[in-house]
Amino acid sequence: MSDPVHEHDRPLSGPALRVKALESLLTEKGLVDPKALDELIDTYETKVGPRNGARIVARAWVDPAYRQRLLADATAAIAEFGFIGRQGEDMVVLENTPKVRNMVVCTLCSCYPWPVLGLPPVWYKSAPYRSRAVIDPRGVLKELGNEIPEDVEVRVWDSTAELRYLVLPERPAGTEGWSEDELAAIVTRDAMIGVAQVTAPAESRR
Amino acid sequence: MNGVHDMGGMHGMGPVEIEKNEPVFHAEWERRAFALTLASGFRGRWNIDMGRYSREQMPPAEYLATSYYEHWLFGLEKLLVDEKLVTANELATGRAEARAGAEGTLKASEVAVFLRNRRNARLDDDVPPRFKAGDRVVARNIHPAGHTRLPRYARGRHGVIDRDHGVFIFPDTNAMSRDKKPQHCYSVRFAARELWGPEVAACDSVYVNLWDDHLDPA
Repeated sequence: MSDPVHEHDRPLSGPALRVKALESLLTEKGLVDPKALDELIDTYETKVGPRNGARIVARAWVDPAYRQRLLADATAAIAEFGFIGRQGEDMVVLENTPKVRNMVVCTLCSCYPWPVLGLPPVWYKSAPYRSRAVIDPRGVLKELGNEIPEDVEVRVWDSTAELRYLVLPERPAGTEGWSEDELAAIVTRDAMIGVAQVTAPAESRR
Repeated sequence: MNGVHDMGGMHGMGPVEIEKNEPVFHAEWERRAFALTLASGFRGRWNIDMGRYSREQMPPAEYLATSYYEHWLFGLEKLLVDEKLVTANELATGRAEARAGAEGTLKASEVAVFLRNRRNARLDDDVPPRFKAGDRVVARNIHPAGHTRLPRYARGRHGVIDRDHGVFIFPDTNAMSRDKKPQHCYSVRFAARELWGPEVAACDSVYVNLWDDHLDPA
């Protein structure tokens, strides 16, 4: 059983102890400032996340001129919202249509568009997704509840460069007349990775 | 390197399980491992490609048996020692033998700007492209022992240039010798059947970002 009182007497083992020891060492050496670590964590835990991407999608759904700019130069169009910087330096938006479904993966590790989606979920970084997304995208999508008809093309995008992808999902039926905010509220992270479609919850239809 | 990190097309890894209402981090040590990696990287002693390569060098059995931020932790410890910010002895004992200057240490007040700054993987070097959209290409059948962004499943396969993204740092050399070797980076479209054979859907495809040095005309 774990005995927290005596943990410091034992050789370091397990990531929690290793990280704690490393942070103490780097702080003592003056290589990191723990307050900066807090700020980094707070940024990705509370400020940057998929709500950013949802605003981009909702805008593209209601504003045809914005949609055009987004597809022509995603980096610039996304920067209009102030979503810029690390792991979103060069953005590409992939448009889903009734005949084309896009799905994003990073088979080599975990490349993901941080400014618009935040940090990637565990499943995206996991061996099952990274191994299967390229060889069996339809199987993965089916498991996740999306059976893709035979006449719909599936395009898988492997993020092997410093380009980051955002999927522009199809706007669901039944959302005519919705405001941009209402639309943003139904756009999910998984839809913007391309493993889900956006649906309008029955109770929220007007 | 033909490492276990290069997972595209492998079997037996199990189902994709999406956690409902997943938190950004699952433990306090994940938060700290994440932030330590970014804050240490701020010193500029290594580039992002060296960062990726450091994680790829985790022994394969260990890589598969550990979680994502354990890969980060392995890579960070390796880079700190390799780049002489920390000695192996300091890492083993947890006790500092010498202090670094505070110079170059990320401060809380600098975090927002640090994260918003572009890191310029895209370069403005005037390098002519070897290919243009629509060109037929074949990915080189190469097996470098070091870092590469050319996944195994695409090597030797025929594809078509979908678009030219412009001039970028070439990660394969940037990771190994800090040689940026500026060149064009493309989206290359591979038909799913070219990669996986006749049993997959004829209309499907996989797009891979590859550089001039990964490609030959076909």
